[in-house]
Amino acid sequence: MARIAGIDLPKNKRSEIGLTYIYGLSRSSAQKILSAAGVDWNKRIGELSDDEVAKIRSIITSDYKVEGALRAETQMNIKRLMDINCYRGLRHRKGLPVRGQRTRTNARSRKGKRKTVAGKKKAIAKK
Amino acid sequence: MSRSIKKGPYVDPKLLVKIQELAKSGQKKVIKTWSRSSTITPEFVGHTLAVHNGNKFIPVYIHEGMVGHKLGEFAPTRIFRGHPGLKSEATTTTTEA
Repeated sequence: MARIAGIDLPKNKRSEIGLTYIYGLSRSSAQKILSAAGVDWNKRIGELSDDEVAKIRSIITSDYKVEGALRAETQMNIKRLMDINCYRGLRHRKGLPVRGQRTRTNARSRKGKRKTVAGKKKAIAKK
Repeated sequence: MSRSIKKGPYVDPKLLVKIQELAKSGQKKVIKTWSRSSTITPEFVGHTLAVHNGNKFIPVYIHEGMVGHKLGEFAPTRIFRGHPGLKSEATTTTTEA
């Protein structure tokens, strides 16, 4: 069982894929790491020798920001936007899309599940 | 797409002159500006600018974290007062209006 950056990697996946289980590593960064370590991408995680694992680990710790550190950085960036009171910060605070997308429809990833507003029909009928 | 580095950040030249004058004389005064598209440069830090939002001027105190943003980002142009016909808000807002 290979443990890198505090994450247990899946034994039976190809190492190229397995590394992407670490937050902050994509397919392409995994490929770069593996070729820098001189490991075949197709080798399963479980088949890696301790040497290879150590090599991969040292590359990740020296060149990449992963897991907790990366999450903290993203949070800090968002917090900065919220603290300076700029438009993007306001959108983050309200949980609405930040980059100018429409909110009349869609935008469900940011807004979450639909909250149906009751009593709208009544108001129209009154008029 | 971001602006070419060759050009440097856009700052309204008139505004920049006013800021530099303020910095020279060492006094702090609120400068009214309509130039929402001006980038905040390090010279702006510590000054207060009144940025127009289309209706009135919003006082913005510039601190370091704001450098690199545009002035308009700090003066929202829309005010959201809740959805029409919502019961809780309807009782509080529409009764007065």
